Amino acid sequence: MMTNWTIDGVKEAIAAKKVSARELTGDFYRRIEARNSELNAFLTLSPERAYAQADKMDALIASGKPLPPLAGVPIAIKDVLSTRGTRTTCGSKILENYIPPYDATAVERLESAGAVILGKTNCDEFAMGSSNENSAYGPVRNPEAMDRVPGGSSGGSAAVVAAGLAVASLGTDTGGSIRQPGALCGIPAMMGSYGRVSRYGLIAFASSLDRVGPFATNVKDVAAVMAVIAGRDPKDSTSTTAPVPDYRAELEKPVKGLRLGIPRDYFAEGMDEGVRKKIEAGIEIFKKLGCQLIDIRMPHTDYAIAAYYIIATAEASSNLARYDGVRYGLRTNNDSLLSMYRKTRGVGFGAEVKRRIVLGTYVLSAGYYDAYYLKGQKVRALIAQDFRDAFTKVDAIVTPTSPVPAFKLGERTDDPLQMYLADIYTVTGSLAGVPGISVPCGRINDKLPVGLQLFGPAFGEARVLQLAHAFEQAGGATV
Amino acid sequence: MKISREDVVRVAELAYLDLSDAELETYRKQIDDILEYVGKLNELDTANVEPMAQVLTDDQTADATLREDVVVPCEVAGEILKQAPDPEPPYFRVPKVIER
Repeated sequence: MMTNWTIDGVKEAIAAKKVSARELTGDFYRRIEARNSELNAFLTLSPERAYAQADKMDALIASGKPLPPLAGVPIAIKDVLSTRGTRTTCGSKILENYIPPYDATAVERLESAGAVILGKTNCDEFAMGSSNENSAYGPVRNPEAMDRVPGGSSGGSAAVVAAGLAVASLGTDTGGSIRQPGALCGIPAMMGSYGRVSRYGLIAFASSLDRVGPFATNVKDVAAVMAVIAGRDPKDSTSTTAPVPDYRAELEKPVKGLRLGIPRDYFAEGMDEGVRKKIEAGIEIFKKLGCQLIDIRMPHTDYAIAAYYIIATAEASSNLARYDGVRYGLRTNNDSLLSMYRKTRGVGFGAEVKRRIVLGTYVLSAGYYDAYYLKGQKVRALIAQDFRDAFTKVDAIVTPTSPVPAFKLGERTDDPLQMYLADIYTVTGSLAGVPGISVPCGRINDKLPVGLQLFGPAFGEARVLQLAHAFEQAGGATV
Repeated sequence: MKISREDVVRVAELAYLDLSDAELETYRKQIDDILEYVGKLNELDTANVEPMAQVLTDDQTADATLREDVVVPCEVAGEILKQAPDPEPPYFRVPKVIER
């Protein structure tokens, strides 16, 4: 059977009855069985649900009815998104046996659009990490370089698509957790604007930052998944009513004459030379496509990591207060209520989560709130203003996605601050609420993938996708 | 030093988080490094900057956050209780809180 499936490829094949949705699902489960023990990318599989959906699609085909946009497409879901009846762990011991009684809206929409949900992917615990090494269920390996990390926190969702174990997947992005693993695994990966995709059923990490978005093997498929999951959801008051354009129709529009901002603040020290060369070559592609390159300044870029790790940890300390051994998840010790809370949380959470809860509680505590949390919120406002100013002059912003390619497993686990700095180019857009995509931009020594990041103005997903598609069509992946 | 061992003990207590002595010291050191780095925010004069408390602008959220107050039946209580470590339907049971 064919190995490099795209969404259109699946639809055409099942519509022409070259393969049934059930056969295709079975084929993907065989691939997963063959590769997952070395990749550790799937935590839980949901074959019962997948085959039931595949049979539904096959029945539609038999009846000659029109097929929904993702008919029969095998998709994987990051394990922080709730799936009815399928274990959802958030990569944490504290939710080891948690089975959600409902589906996240994004999952429900995918299934309504015909997608086949294969299972749940490994990730950093509660989406906190940049390497997937903070999962309580072990790290994921990068399918492009097995001794290296896939990035994080959505490392499993990136790895399964890069390895051909799913046609597309959903991840979540709080400070770079979709875009960075997309870059490190060599596939396109998108975070829509804050408010673009419903977060109902997403288990919260930092509510003013968390977003849901897709991974796929090409930009057209990213656009197809975005079109399905985007839009207002009455169950999420932060999802907006802004209309959802036909992203795929917008893809083919010419990019000639579009103004691209190159923020020199992103090309300062700390970037790997191999990454720099590829990004520079990538920018040349946009020049050849007739885009106008404009030198811009985003003067508060250098403060983004500091602001981000105050705000994200503060929100995490509040959101993770719910894990107390009462309503779901692990409970340890029954001596008294307070000691049950303390021991359950002490045993159930891993090191990075505990570190962030302590830091987040500290920056919110009496006497430190103004110096840290309030200061962080003010600097966040300055960073958002940098973006608004830039978008008065340019249509999109081009940067690297990550300062370094995939690093070796274990290489950075001892120094949390160094790990945080891996998010330096992605957290800015997270803080500002704008959409961003990472697209493959060549490989270092023909091996390690590099990602080029495009930011657009809020709700400018169509423009970002259009540029990413043009870049991909012009050979960006092999630059 | 930005954060002391006593600070970490106090914060862990606020967060109901049981930490071992080794964890206390490791986190203290690591968080100290992070706070040292975060100190660079003080290079910026933010006296006249409004903190960013919302991501979406008012016109993006106005109709998104206001809706009719409609009663919708929700019958998942049984399923939710099944996830509890110690349920006693229709309640969640916890260790005794009030000592006599």
